[in-house]
Amino acid sequence: MSEKIAHIEEHRDDEASKFGMWLFIFTELLLFGGLFLVYSIFRAQYPVSFHEGSLELSVTIGAINTVVLLFSSMTVAMALTAMQKNNQKLAMILIGITLFCAAVFMFNKYIEWGAKFHHGLYPGSELMHLLDRGHHLYFSLYFFMTGLHALHIIIGMTLLFVCLFKVKNASINNKDYVLLENGALYWHLVDLIWIFLFPLMYLIT
Amino acid sequence: MSNETDKIEYESFFDHKGKYKGILSWIMATDHKRIGLLYMYSIVTFFFVGAILGLLMRMELIAPGQTVMNAQTYNGIFTVHGIIMIFMVVIPGLSAIFGNFFLPIMIGAKDVAFPKLNRFSWWIFITGSIMAVASQFLKDGPPDTGWTFYAPYSTTTATNVIMATSAAFVLGFSSILTGLNFIVTIHQMRAPGMKFFNMPLFPWSLYATAWIQLLATPIIGITLMMLIAERLFGIGFFDPALGGDPLLYQHLFWIYSHPAVYVMVLPAMGAITEIIPTFCQRQIYGYKAIAISSLAIALVGFLVWGHHMYTSGMSEQARWFFSLLTFIVAVPSAIKVFNWISTMYKGSIDVKPPFLYALSFIFLFIIGGTTGLLLGSVATNVQVHDTSFVVAHFHYIIFGGMGFAFFAAIHYWLPKMYGRMYNLKRAYIAWGIVFVGFNLLYFPQFIIGIQGMPRRYFDYLPQFHVGQVFSTVGGFILFVGLVLMVYNLVMGVRKGEKAPANPWHGTTLEWTIPSPPPVENFDEAPEIMKNPYDYK
Repeated sequence: MSEKIAHIEEHRDDEASKFGMWLFIFTELLLFGGLFLVYSIFRAQYPVSFHEGSLELSVTIGAINTVVLLFSSMTVAMALTAMQKNNQKLAMILIGITLFCAAVFMFNKYIEWGAKFHHGLYPGSELMHLLDRGHHLYFSLYFFMTGLHALHIIIGMTLLFVCLFKVKNASINNKDYVLLENGALYWHLVDLIWIFLFPLMYLIT
Repeated sequence: MSNETDKIEYESFFDHKGKYKGILSWIMATDHKRIGLLYMYSIVTFFFVGAILGLLMRMELIAPGQTVMNAQTYNGIFTVHGIIMIFMVVIPGLSAIFGNFFLPIMIGAKDVAFPKLNRFSWWIFITGSIMAVASQFLKDGPPDTGWTFYAPYSTTTATNVIMATSAAFVLGFSSILTGLNFIVTIHQMRAPGMKFFNMPLFPWSLYATAWIQLLATPIIGITLMMLIAERLFGIGFFDPALGGDPLLYQHLFWIYSHPAVYVMVLPAMGAITEIIPTFCQRQIYGYKAIAISSLAIALVGFLVWGHHMYTSGMSEQARWFFSLLTFIVAVPSAIKVFNWISTMYKGSIDVKPPFLYALSFIFLFIIGGTTGLLLGSVATNVQVHDTSFVVAHFHYIIFGGMGFAFFAAIHYWLPKMYGRMYNLKRAYIAWGIVFVGFNLLYFPQFIIGIQGMPRRYFDYLPQFHVGQVFSTVGGFILFVGLVLMVYNLVMGVRKGEKAPANPWHGTTLEWTIPSPPPVENFDEAPEIMKNPYDYK
């Protein structure tokens, strides 16, 4: 019996794990999908306010963050390839770079949000309630959507941290790297959502 | 074959000694069978909590005016009754209990694809459930919005709405993970030789259900998050004063909550589809039609949410369109009913308790379904919208449908799960009481609903008194029947005579292994039949 139990615990199905991750990514997309739906409705209702609102955001910071995230998506993919080729050290460096990029993204977000908070513009503030309806909704959506996205960055970072340690103690190795693969998939998702958020929030006219 | 395996010594999943002892051997279990039973014990407990809240409402409605509670308490009770029954009983219901227990066995697998995730799902389920029950007792008072949390009232009431919506959010997470687990299990874990169209139909219905759970639940998640942010920060999405739109909340809510109805009822239909051929000893009629109709229901179910909102203010075209789609979604449900009835034709019918419950399921489901058409057509809906007619329709579908299917399933599979048989005679008596009580409780609601009795009202005009008294009496009869049924099942589990491996002469894989099932379900690779319902 004990032999069999050991067999269960060793049982591994990487394809199933990846499949599960893809399904989970669908649910994340639908979670944001609800917000994109709300966004499109209010944008159709208040196009001018949404345009004016977007002028308040710094396209420079947004663009830097976009590049940073795209770059980090590349490094995490490279880390996976490095792991497949059994280059443990390179994989760790590349995951490290990815995490650094994530930190840069969060730092920029902090600067961006911090400036708005400094001007008294944050959810529930008095200034928010003085805005007209379109602007109010625009900034509510801005904080809600970028806030939820930032939360996902943090979740992704946690996942990659776990991967980093597991690569270090070799429990992720060139035979068993599905966790890193799933972490990378999740990181691409976070990147993908930002690719939609950036034009919708910063670039609309 | 089954008789031979009975004699061989084996280790059932009850006897198995794992890493943990005592209660931890359950809480820390990753065995799908133990997790299924954990769900069963918790869901049955919550069901009785919800049922007692329901009885309290019935007591209040026994006479016009205030009788046993004030109006605010009544509002809290019908809300928490709804939250418990919807999110903690009927949505997980059959899929989490029998799905967990029997899905892997029926497809010839040793467990679900992600056993640890499965255990985690149950933990989240319990966390969410505790939060939901707590919302009834915390200091600001129970939420009084109804289980639908309609804005703008839910954004302004001072009661524990945040606690209740967070609970629903957490429970949704559990539902998503279970769905995810089942989809991967069905794709990856089927025994060699079992193709999709060799699967029994209960797994098929779980498959369709899992996709709804996966794709619809995130929408309610984000909607409830918006509602919470609305309360905390005044983000204004649902507040007209800030440019938002309360109707938007209703749309988002029903985009999930209508498909959720199919999360409740599809596994119920799946269980019925297993029971009917077994007790008729006859090949299921239209296997493929039933399998595909589950997927069709899942698909079309996503497109009909607007029929909850005919009177909320939608364009004429939208109402017309939603009405059309609602009639279309009735087609696959009707296909199933026709197939069940056709299966009985020329069968050797053996009316055992599971079959009796399955028959009453069909009977009650037809009443619930056809009154649903009355609600689905715009003109009649305007007359009966938000009356107790809707309450009756809903309970005929969910209690008469899903509930009776649950009773059918538990009577069908209990001997397999515990290896013991309940008292058949007592089961017939309990069925009779439950069936009479149920109809006495809900049928009068149709009549007074058409006459104009509004739903969710604490008080009513004297003209509805007779109907309400019938309902309350029915409620108590039903409750007595339920208690007798549970008593009978518990006594069966504890002291019943040993059940053979295949007491009903079923043909699906769960009947080929001993009762209760061995730790790893199958000691050797199961033989897969091309046709899962081959009665010779």
